[in-house]
Amino acid sequence: MTVKTLILDADKCTSCLQCEMACSLEHEGLFAPAFSRIKVFEFEHGKRSIPYTCTQCEEAWCMQVCPTKAISVNAELGTKVVDEDLCVGCKVCTMACPFGTINYNTRSGKVTKCNLCDGDPKCADACPTDAITYGVAT
Amino acid sequence: MTWHQRVLRINLTENKIDIEPLNMQWANDYLGGRGLGSKYLMEGMNPAADALSPENMLIFATGPLTGTMCSTSGRYAVVTKGPLTNAIAASNSGGKFGAELKFAGFDLLIVEGRAEKPVYLLIQDDEISICDAAEYWGKTVWHTEESIKEKHADPQIKVASIGVSGEQGVRYACIVNDLHRAAGRSGVGAVMGSKNLKAVAVRGTQGVPVQDAPAFMKVVKHTHKLLEDNAGRKDLTNYGTNAMIDTMNAFGGLPTNNFQEVTFAGTGKVNPAAMTSANENDHTNLITNKACFGCTIGCGRIAHIDQNHFSIKERQQYWHASGGLEYETAFAFGPVLGIDDIDALTFAGYLMNEHGMDPISFGVTLAAAMELYELGIIKPEETDGIKLNFGNAEALTVMAEKTGLQEGFGKMLGMGSKRLCEHYGRPELSMSVKGQEFAGYDSRALQGMGLGYATSNRGACHLRHDTFTEDMDDQSGQGKAEPCKSSQDKIAMIDSTGLCLFTACAWDTDEWQMQISAACGADWTSERLIVTGERIWNIERLFNLKSGLTKADDTLPPRLLETPAPAGVAKGRVAELNIMLPEYYALRGWDNEGVPQQQTLDRLGI
Repeated sequence: MTVKTLILDADKCTSCLQCEMACSLEHEGLFAPAFSRIKVFEFEHGKRSIPYTCTQCEEAWCMQVCPTKAISVNAELGTKVVDEDLCVGCKVCTMACPFGTINYNTRSGKVTKCNLCDGDPKCADACPTDAITYGVAT
Repeated sequence: MTWHQRVLRINLTENKIDIEPLNMQWANDYLGGRGLGSKYLMEGMNPAADALSPENMLIFATGPLTGTMCSTSGRYAVVTKGPLTNAIAASNSGGKFGAELKFAGFDLLIVEGRAEKPVYLLIQDDEISICDAAEYWGKTVWHTEESIKEKHADPQIKVASIGVSGEQGVRYACIVNDLHRAAGRSGVGAVMGSKNLKAVAVRGTQGVPVQDAPAFMKVVKHTHKLLEDNAGRKDLTNYGTNAMIDTMNAFGGLPTNNFQEVTFAGTGKVNPAAMTSANENDHTNLITNKACFGCTIGCGRIAHIDQNHFSIKERQQYWHASGGLEYETAFAFGPVLGIDDIDALTFAGYLMNEHGMDPISFGVTLAAAMELYELGIIKPEETDGIKLNFGNAEALTVMAEKTGLQEGFGKMLGMGSKRLCEHYGRPELSMSVKGQEFAGYDSRALQGMGLGYATSNRGACHLRHDTFTEDMDDQSGQGKAEPCKSSQDKIAMIDSTGLCLFTACAWDTDEWQMQISAACGADWTSERLIVTGERIWNIERLFNLKSGLTKADDTLPPRLLETPAPAGVAKGRVAELNIMLPEYYALRGWDNEGVPQQQTLDRLGI
């Protein structure tokens, strides 16, 4: 497999949230970290800052439980993608996901998750410390 | 337009919550943050009112670039009348609170009056409430911040709060947000305490709109790249601001033992090299660096204290990591107190954040107390069994906590050095201007710094002007007035954008201009930005004059004006304020008494 993925290196993260702003600008059209698909979690007064988002996991429980079949696989990128026209905002997927990386969006009334910006992830582009990069995981 | 054009105004006396339109004329004339806050303050209160009375206003002001993808976009300013100085206070902070306030849909938060009982504000977008803070009153900043998040079951809430020091009117109490970022100077936390306001808690999901995103992002890419490639930025990332301590010590401008000396023998024990070296217990002080919101520099330090250190050996609650030493904390707990114990310095830094106090003013006040103690003026029986000698690390850690909790001799230290030294009949030993203590630069070695200290509108401050290059190049007072004046105007502008002053290592006025233009549209030119800065400087000056300050307050202590520097490159020099100040007034278009002339005000449209 040579499918590229987001590689997250918590040791390099400074919690600047440039990734969250880039994500919200790309997907929501404004700077609003509250709607970012990638989140940075801080621990112990900032000793550790950990960026986290959908791993595009193989089993994709979000996809399996969706009653309207709104989530499908993009074979080329390996992403699990939400079709907003089919999503009815029932939130079952948010309960099924073990990682909490698919979330209900109060702006749209649908669920949102990372789609790797269709192969050009803006968070990786925005990260000033290379804590987020896009490449083939080794 | 990145403005929401909305101001949240809370009157605590009347229990009133109002949302009003932002005065766009003022935003056009004064930008945001420090400048816009100053305009609202000037128009909203009588500058002669007591800083700790309900007539004072407490303004939290974001800038037009706060909460955008511009680097360092987390800044907000707290603008109020300062109880330490009786001058206008504009204290700038980073962290995440400022951006969150903007995301909640507000450009400014104005707090007026005084609550009957302790309260905190809860702002969740347009849901705003004034809540009972009885359970947090008397508690620390750290406890309050964590407890409010827990109570409302939302870890994403951002909190700005005060400690006991702010509740009880410590003259240099600050407002701390995000555990270890602070609107640090001039006692803005005491103003908050005087209003019975324990905390402001904000959660915002409105975001910040940007009209032409591709054009905006093109500018952002350019300014990010300039920072990325800049050598000064790399030093800030790698070493933090404490890289300055070695420079100042070598230069002979590092104030030591309450400014009696200008070099410190223990510098090597509290400098960046010491922070990254393992001690005899294999403990290394520094863990990592940390950024404020939107910041691509990351000068903040995250450190931890050796668990074997006397200060925390028996106190496991301090074994965790937290904000580490920056230059000013290193100076104010190290050289100026003659202390070279890095763990004591780091612990005192924790205590400042936990209890909400300005480390510069606390440290320099303790330095004055130490000198008074060694002179036999403060008696051993007054100091709770602690010997206040220079070099005593225990005096630092114990007094930091006593001041934070307002116990014992900490009550005296909470007055600030000016009032403390006046109390003991030796006002000349206070190393301050307008009652605010100096930062870590001796103005005999750095002449322009002396002029900047003397003329700063918020009392002694190293962040209101920038004459480092001129001061390092030439040790005389000649030619310092012009760079002092022009950098003051520029920095007043930068402080009003919502971005951090430290970006100035890589950006010139044109870089702010293109970012402001992309955000605000309209005809922002670099020239207009500089004139805006000058306008802000002058309105601050007018506030101070109306408050009752005069030319006599634009001065330095006799130690700097009369006692020659004992060592360093400026050995034998005094601060040449007599040369610089008249030249400065003339350049400003002020009369001989330091009052802006009518033609100056007309030119600036004030």
